[in-house]
Amino acid sequence: MKGLAPIVAVIAVLAAVPFIVQSNATLNFLVVSLMVALAGQGWNILGGYAGQYSFGHAAFFGTGAYVTAILQVRYGVNAWVGFAAGIAAGAALGAVIGALAFRSGLRGSYFALVTLAFAEVLRILASVAPITGAGVGTLIKLDLGAQTFQFQSRAVFYWVILGLVGVSLAAARLIEHSRLGVWLIAVRENEDAAEALGVNARSVKSLAMVISGAITAAAGCFYAQYFLFVDSGIAYGTWISIEALLTPIIGGVGTVFGPLLGALVVKSLGEGAKLVTGDVPGLDLILYGAVLVLVIWFTPGGLIGGFAQLRKRLMRSATRAAASIQEAGHG
Amino acid sequence: MSVLSSAILFPAVLNGLLTGAVYALVALGLTLIYGVLHIINFAHGALLSAAMFAAFFAFRLLGIDPYVAVFLLAPLFFAFGYALQRFIIGPASHRNDRNMLLVTLGIAVVIENALLYAFRADTRTIDVPYAFETVNFGFTFLAVPRVIGFAAVFVVALALWLIMNCTDIGRAIRAVAKERLGAELVGIDVAHVYAMTFGLGTACVAVAACLLIPNYYVNPSVGNAFVLVAFTIVVLGGMGSVPGALIGALLIGVVESLSGLLLGESLGQVGIFVIFIAVLLVRPNGLFGARA
Repeated sequence: MKGLAPIVAVIAVLAAVPFIVQSNATLNFLVVSLMVALAGQGWNILGGYAGQYSFGHAAFFGTGAYVTAILQVRYGVNAWVGFAAGIAAGAALGAVIGALAFRSGLRGSYFALVTLAFAEVLRILASVAPITGAGVGTLIKLDLGAQTFQFQSRAVFYWVILGLVGVSLAAARLIEHSRLGVWLIAVRENEDAAEALGVNARSVKSLAMVISGAITAAAGCFYAQYFLFVDSGIAYGTWISIEALLTPIIGGVGTVFGPLLGALVVKSLGEGAKLVTGDVPGLDLILYGAVLVLVIWFTPGGLIGGFAQLRKRLMRSATRAAASIQEAGHG
Repeated sequence: MSVLSSAILFPAVLNGLLTGAVYALVALGLTLIYGVLHIINFAHGALLSAAMFAAFFAFRLLGIDPYVAVFLLAPLFFAFGYALQRFIIGPASHRNDRNMLLVTLGIAVVIENALLYAFRADTRTIDVPYAFETVNFGFTFLAVPRVIGFAAVFVVALALWLIMNCTDIGRAIRAVAKERLGAELVGIDVAHVYAMTFGLGTACVAVAACLLIPNYYVNPSVGNAFVLVAFTIVVLGGMGSVPGALIGALLIGVVESLSGLLLGESLGQVGIFVIFIAVLLVRPNGLFGARA
């Protein structure tokens, strides 16, 4: 299919990493980066393509994580089924928030605010409700095996999350090339004009929110399975809301590879800072905030947009140079 | 039904009004900025935390009483807010609302975590001699700092009203809020007006910080709790409406006090959010419908 070749190539290259890198710390870093890339791709579908900036994607991440964990721990559900249920719960939450928010025509600041509020309500509820383990959190029992979705080897987890990221990349590419993608971009650029042309903005945005919720929830499900522990501060914390929007914006908002590139860059920056100064709380986030402001300031298209601009400029100066050489030859 | 007896209920309502007054200050800054720039300032909470730390250290290191420090911190934070909008938020966001939201969020993350980095997550308090003094109103006792805070809010609201209605910059701010392009055409420096507005909003936060610090704690994320409430108030009162923010704040203060009394502290907070989401969904223009 058109446009899928680069995705297959990137995933194939990344899949070879565990054969070269043996260090558990490095693999762990890559697993977490890919998990954030997945959460970011969810944000990107809604924020990047449809232009609806959510400040509370933790709502989806946390719901995925909690549903996976609670179903296994309290109801003895199979881990894989729990994983699927977590993704479905994220999609359902997306449908609910989308229906409510877009029905009342919330846009821009208001939309950011209502998503933030939903994430906060869920965080507070999860910190007091008995079913989530309240303040203690929920611990998934260690029980290695393919059936329980728990693996001794980091490499297997790495391939699992890489596979999920691959699916999310393909989903973004398919959306981009479909009618839905065109509608989303039309709504992003000018909602009123899109409506005048017959695009049903409300249902298009709601659909984007469902897909977005499902993808970000998948990252949350993976978190629960990988760390085997969920509490309200992790699952519904602002850190994931920020990282989910940071990665596509840094990488290239509204592009297929933006979240993946952004996640690798952002996480490397965070790790680099920790190497330099030791693990001081807050330092990585100071860096993230500063990078967010600087990227918007100087390359609003993110790194991918920046590369494209640079290439265009180089091409232009190259043709100019060629023209002047030709001119000199004629003269 | 002892909880609902008037001897408990009445002081709870009164205390709610006092809390609401401080909320009002935070909300005033937020609504002012929204009214002119048409974006929500997500850095508001982090600025409040920063101002509370400033008031804390003014007392601890320099021995300046918070009620004196307010006259230093308000101008200082006004200048800080002005510079922030003029030299960072404005240029960085390229006049795009979505970018502006993200930039304020980025600044919030930087400030909050810089505070965390510098002062750790420890919770600190100051001990002014009057922290636990009360005034006897006959029917109930009220803490002195809270009564002072209540009075100060109305002074600030009056000062803002005077600035908005009786000065050139106030007229310019109102002109830009109503019709930016028109204001620009008649020669108003919009970037300056935006920065002035942002400065005024930040000064409100500094005043709120000085009023809060005598009987409240400070830590790097303390501002967030207030700002989430302030968001609710501003939405309730209508984004951009100053009287709406005042009335909304008092209302929310009372609701919080009563739901805390009936449901316990953490669920009381959920009550506020439920109101918030409900208002956003049902009447996004606020109960007083400030602007469409």
